[in-house]
Amino acid sequence: MSKIKELLQQRILVLDGAMGTMIQRYRLTEEDYRGNRFQNWHSDVKGNNDLLSITRPDVIKAIHKEYLEAGSDIIETNTFSSTSIAQADYDMQSLAYELNVASVKCAREAIDAFVSEHPGTGPKFIAGAIGPLNKTLSLSPDVNNPGYRAVTFDEVVAAYTEQIHGLIDGGADLLLIETIFDTLNAKAAIFAVKQFFRDHPEKATRFNNGAEGAPVMISGTITDASGRTLSGQTLEAFYISVAHASPLSVGLNCALGAKEMRPHVSELAHLAGCYVSAYPNAGLPNAMGEYDELPEQTAAFLEDWAKEGYVNIVGGCCGTTPAHIAAIAKAVKDVTPRTVPVAAYN
Amino acid sequence: MSATVKIHSFLSLSGLEPLVVRPETNFINVGERTNVTGSKKFARLIRENKYEEALSVARQQVENGAQVIDINMDDALLDGVQAMTTFINLVQSEPDIAKVPVMIDSSKFEIIQAGLKCVQGKCIVNSISMKEGEAKFIEQAIICKSFGAAVVVMAFDEQGQADTKERKVEICHRAYKILTEKVGIAPQDIIFDPNIFAIATGLEEHNNYGVDFIEAVKEIKERMPAVSISGGVSNLSFSFRGNEPVREAMHAVFLYYAIKAGMNMGIVNAGQLVVYDEIELQLRELCEDVILNRNNENNEATEKLLAFAETVKASGKTEKKDLAWRNTPVEERLKHALVNGITDYIDTDTEEARLKYPRPLDVIEGPLMSGMDVVGDLFGSGKMFLPQVVKSARVMKKSVAWLTPFIEEEKLANPDVNDDAAPTILMATVKGDVHDIGKNIVGVVLACNGYKIIDMGVMVPTDKILDTAEREKADIIGLSGLITPSLDEMVNVAHEMQRRNMPQPLLIGGATTSRMHTAVKIAPQFDKGVVHVLDASRSVTVVGSLLNPEQKPQFLANIRTEYIKLAEDFASKRKVKEFLPFGEAQKNKVAIDWTGFQPVTPSFTGVRTFNHYDLSEIRKYIDWQPFFISWELHGKFPQILEDPVVGKEATKLYQDANKMLDQIIAEKWLTAQGAVGFWPVTKTADDTVLVQESEGKTIPLQFLRQQIKKAAGQPNLSLADFICPSLEGDFIGAFSVTIQGIEPHLERFIAQNDDYGKINLQALSDRFAEAFAELLHEKVRKELWGYVKEETLSNEELIQEKYRGIRPAPGYPACPDHTEKYKLFNLLGGEENTGIHLTESLAMYPASSVCGWYFSHPESKYFGVGKIQEDQFLDYVQRKEMPEDDLRRWLRPVLE
Repeated sequence: MSKIKELLQQRILVLDGAMGTMIQRYRLTEEDYRGNRFQNWHSDVKGNNDLLSITRPDVIKAIHKEYLEAGSDIIETNTFSSTSIAQADYDMQSLAYELNVASVKCAREAIDAFVSEHPGTGPKFIAGAIGPLNKTLSLSPDVNNPGYRAVTFDEVVAAYTEQIHGLIDGGADLLLIETIFDTLNAKAAIFAVKQFFRDHPEKATRFNNGAEGAPVMISGTITDASGRTLSGQTLEAFYISVAHASPLSVGLNCALGAKEMRPHVSELAHLAGCYVSAYPNAGLPNAMGEYDELPEQTAAFLEDWAKEGYVNIVGGCCGTTPAHIAAIAKAVKDVTPRTVPVAAYN
Repeated sequence: MSATVKIHSFLSLSGLEPLVVRPETNFINVGERTNVTGSKKFARLIRENKYEEALSVARQQVENGAQVIDINMDDALLDGVQAMTTFINLVQSEPDIAKVPVMIDSSKFEIIQAGLKCVQGKCIVNSISMKEGEAKFIEQAIICKSFGAAVVVMAFDEQGQADTKERKVEICHRAYKILTEKVGIAPQDIIFDPNIFAIATGLEEHNNYGVDFIEAVKEIKERMPAVSISGGVSNLSFSFRGNEPVREAMHAVFLYYAIKAGMNMGIVNAGQLVVYDEIELQLRELCEDVILNRNNENNEATEKLLAFAETVKASGKTEKKDLAWRNTPVEERLKHALVNGITDYIDTDTEEARLKYPRPLDVIEGPLMSGMDVVGDLFGSGKMFLPQVVKSARVMKKSVAWLTPFIEEEKLANPDVNDDAAPTILMATVKGDVHDIGKNIVGVVLACNGYKIIDMGVMVPTDKILDTAEREKADIIGLSGLITPSLDEMVNVAHEMQRRNMPQPLLIGGATTSRMHTAVKIAPQFDKGVVHVLDASRSVTVVGSLLNPEQKPQFLANIRTEYIKLAEDFASKRKVKEFLPFGEAQKNKVAIDWTGFQPVTPSFTGVRTFNHYDLSEIRKYIDWQPFFISWELHGKFPQILEDPVVGKEATKLYQDANKMLDQIIAEKWLTAQGAVGFWPVTKTADDTVLVQESEGKTIPLQFLRQQIKKAAGQPNLSLADFICPSLEGDFIGAFSVTIQGIEPHLERFIAQNDDYGKINLQALSDRFAEAFAELLHEKVRKELWGYVKEETLSNEELIQEKYRGIRPAPGYPACPDHTEKYKLFNLLGGEENTGIHLTESLAMYPASSVCGWYFSHPESKYFGVGKIQEDQFLDYVQRKEMPEDDLRRWLRPVLE
C-alpha cells in the first residue's frame, strides 16, 4: 500500500490554500514575471503565474513553505495553466513541459527545506495540479452553432499528456485533476493519465500503485446553487462519469464557499467509493471581488464536515491563506476521517 | 464510526443525470429510433443534414420514457465518424436530451471512438466481441475502459455467433474473465448480448433458440451476477413480419420469461409491447409453445402458430375472439373489464358477483379492488397510460353504483357495520379559480388506488375546505389551481391550517404551482407537511407514503430538507439578478422608429359580437398538443399518434375526442360566443396608453416593464412600447371568447359515473376556446382590422405564432396585472357582450374562456415582464390609483 493511503486511514490530510492570492501579496511587476530569460518576450506575461516557477522560483518556494509551516500535508504544484493550450494566451505553448518540471522542483525544494528545519515531521506530498483549460469540450463558444467545439478531444489529450509527462518527470507524488467544470475535459485528462502509464510502464513503478501509476485525485466544481457543474451534470452524474479513473479521492473545490458547498460535500460523501476531498473558497467574493471570510470561519465549517464524517482531505481554494490552512489543520487534527465504503454487489 | 459502510456496485450510467441500474429497476428500455439502420426517417434526416429534426427524434424518445438513447450512424452513404460527432455534439447541447446516457452503437470501432470523444457522461458501447480474436477484443476493451464506458459484449467468438445455450454461456464466461482479469473492467460495467435469433422459421434447428437464450441468461446471471443482459427482441419474430399482433404477443411472452431469467435491458419498441396477462389465452399458449419449444417435436407448435397467424392476418381480431374472456369466471371477467375499460357487461357481471358473494361490499373489497390493484400496478410500472386508467375508473364507478343501493339496504338492516375503512382524501380547487381538469384526473387515479375521494369542486373558500376536512375526518387535503392568484390563496389555506392546528398533510398541484413556489411560499406556513405533486402518476406514491405511519415521518423530513434547500437556493439566486432603476429601464425601451408609421384603420371601431359561432369552423383551428398534455401524454401532435410508447393510447384518445367533437357539434351541446373591439389609442407616458372608447371618453391602460438588467442592445420591454406615441392614428384591439353550455353535459357524465367522458368534454371545451381565439385573431389580422390581408398560414404555423401582431392577456407574462381585465371587459361591454363572468380572483367563468389585447405593430412580440422592483411598483400604484396593499397582493408573483 502506498504511503498516502496508509496515512489517509489514520487521519484527515490537509491540502494547501490559494496560490494566486499569495502571489498577489508580492505585488510583482512585468519585469519580475519576465526575469532575465524572457526580458525580450514579444507579449506581456504578467499574470502568467505558472511562469514564476521559472523566473521567480524564490517566490513560489516561499509560498509553498508557508503552507507547509501552516500544516499542509499535500502541496499543489504551481501548474494550474501549464498546458500548451492554456499557455497559448502568452504564446508560451512550447514551455509547457518545462513549466511542469520546474514547478515540481519548487515544491520539492520547499519540502526539503521544511523537513531539514523540522526533522521528524511526517511525510509531505506533492500533488501535480492539472487545471481545467480555457477551452471546453462539451460547450460551444458560438451560441449560433451549438455543435461547434473550439478544441478536440485528441488535442486536449495531447496537451494533458505533455503536462503529465512534465509533472511525473519532475517527481510529483500524485496527480490532481482539479476545478473541473466540464467533465469531458476531465475525462480527457483521465484518458491521458491512463494512456501515459500504459505507454511508460517504467514510470509507474515508483508509486507502489501497480500499473495504475500515480494516484489520481479528482476535484470537480459545482458552479452555483443548482448543484450542477457548468457543463450541466448533477453531482452524482459527475461522480459516475469519472469513477473509472479509480481515483484516490474525489472531491469539490472552488466557486463556492464552505457554507454553500456543504450539501454537495455531504451528497458526495454518501456516493463516493473512494476518499473524499474538499477545498472551498474563503466564502463568496464580496462586492469588490475579494474574499473576506476569516480563517476561523472557514475552519469552523470544515470542522463540522469532518465531524459529520464527510471528508478525508481538506484545504482551501481562492482567497484562502496560510492562516486559513493553519486554522483548518488545527480544527480537523483529532477528528476521525470518513470511512471509505466497501463496494459490494447486492 | 469505523463500522463498515457498504455501497452497491450496480451498473451506473450518466448523462447530465445519473441512471443507476438496480435489481429493482426491472427493465431498462433503450430508445431505438436514433438509429439509421433501424429508422428510415432518421437515416433520411441525417443524410439530408437535417440535424435539427433529427434532434427532435432523440428528444421525443426521451420524452416518451427512453432511459438511454441508442445512436447508430452505420450507413454506407454516410461518413459515420463525422455524422456521429456532429449529432452527439448537438445532443450534448440539448439538456432535455443530454440528461439521459448515450449508447454508442456501431459495428465500426472508429465510429464508437468518435462518439466516446464527445460525451461527458458515462456511455454504453454497443458493441465489442471476440469475433476477430482475443487481442483485438482486449485492445478495444482497454479503450472503452479509458473512456469509462460500459460495454455490450456480443456472444460472438472466432468461430461465429453463439446459438446454443452452452456456447452462449461459454463465450460470455470467457469474455468475462478476460475483461475482469486482463483488462480490469468492473463486472457491473459488462452487458452481455447473448444473441436473440428468429424462431418458428420452419427449420427445426431454430426451434430451441428462445430456450437457449432464456436458459443462457439464467446461467450467466448465476455465474456472473453483477453483469447486465441485453438483446434485440424484434429478431425473435422475424418470420412473422407483417403480422404485428402475433409479433407483439411473441415479444411480450419472450420478455416475460427472459426478464424472469435476468435480462434487464433491451432495445425494444415499447409501444408495441402488450401486457403478458392480456394476451388472448390461445395465442399466448401457442407463443409459449414455440418460445419454450414445447410440444414441438415435429414442428407442431410452429405450425399451429403459423396457422393461427393466418387467421389473425386474414380476419384481424374477430368478434368471437374478442369475447373469449366472457367464458371465464366472474372475478376474471370483472378484472378483464377493469383492465381493458369495458363497461358493456359490467352491470350483469356485478350482479352475478353480488349474488355469489355473501355481502355486496365483498364484491368491492374482493374482485373489484383486486382488479384495480392490477390497474394500479400496470400504471405504476408504466404499462398503462392515464386515459386507460380513467376508463378503468369508469368501469369501477359503474360497478359500485350498481352495488350502492344494496349496500344502503344492508346498512339499514345492520346500522353498526362499518364500511368506511378507506383513507379519505379531500380535494378542491381554491377560491376564485374555476379550473379542475387536473384535479379531476388526480382524483380518479387516487380513487383507482382505493382511496375515498371527496371532491369539493371549484371556487371553494378556505373555511369550507377546512370545515369539510374536519367533519369528514379527511386524511389528506389536496389543493389545485391554474391561475396565478390561486397561488396566494393556497398560501392562505396553509396559513389557516396552521392556525387551526390541523393534522392533515397538504398536497399542492395545478399548472401554475411549482415545487419552488411550494417550498418558498407555502411550506413555511404549515408544519404538518406540504408536498408539491407534479402529476397524477406521482400522487399515488406521495399519498401512499403519507398514509403509511412508518414511512410518513421520514418522507416528510426528506421533503422538508429538500424544500429548505430549495428556498435557500432561491434566496441566494435572487441576490445575483441585477435590476435597473425603473427610470433607466424606461429609457431602455424598444426603439421603434415611428417616423413614417402608417397605422392601419380597422374596418370598424367599437365592439362587435360573434354569437353562436360555427363550431365546425372553430374545430379546424384546434391545437391538439395541449389536449394530450392534459391527459399527461407528452409529445408533438400528430407524431404522438405514431409514438412507440403512447401512440396507441394517443390514437384511441384522439378518435374518442373526435367522436365527441362530432356529437358536440351535431347535437349543439356547446355554443361559442366572442367579442372583438377596436379603439383609437395614444401612448401618453412611457408605460401608459390612452384608449379612446368613444367621443370624449378615454380609458388609460397601464403596463409593466421588464426591469432586469439586459445584455447590451436588448431593450427592457413593455407592451406600451408597441403603441405610437404621437397623437393621431394608432389603434388597439381587445377580444374575448367563451364556450358555453357545458354544465348539463358534465352533470350527465357525472351521473353516469363517466369521468373519462367528463374530462374529455372539459378538455375539448378548453380547446374550442383556444381555437376560437386563434380563429378570431386570424380574422382580425386579415379582415376586421385587416393589417395583413394577404396572410396565408397553416394551422401549425398559427400554433407557432408566426403571425404579425400579438394578443396578450392581462394576468399572463407580458402584462401580469390581472386587474387590467376589468378595463378590458368594460371596453368589450361587460357580461352582456362577452358572456363571461369574472370571479373575485379575476378568473373567467365559464372556465373555457380566453381574452386579450390586440397589438398590430410588426415589432410587437410576446415576452415576460419578469420580476419588478419596488420603484416601479410605487410608480404603478400612482398610475393605477388603487390602494397599495391591494395592488401588492395582486402583483405578488412579480414582486418577490
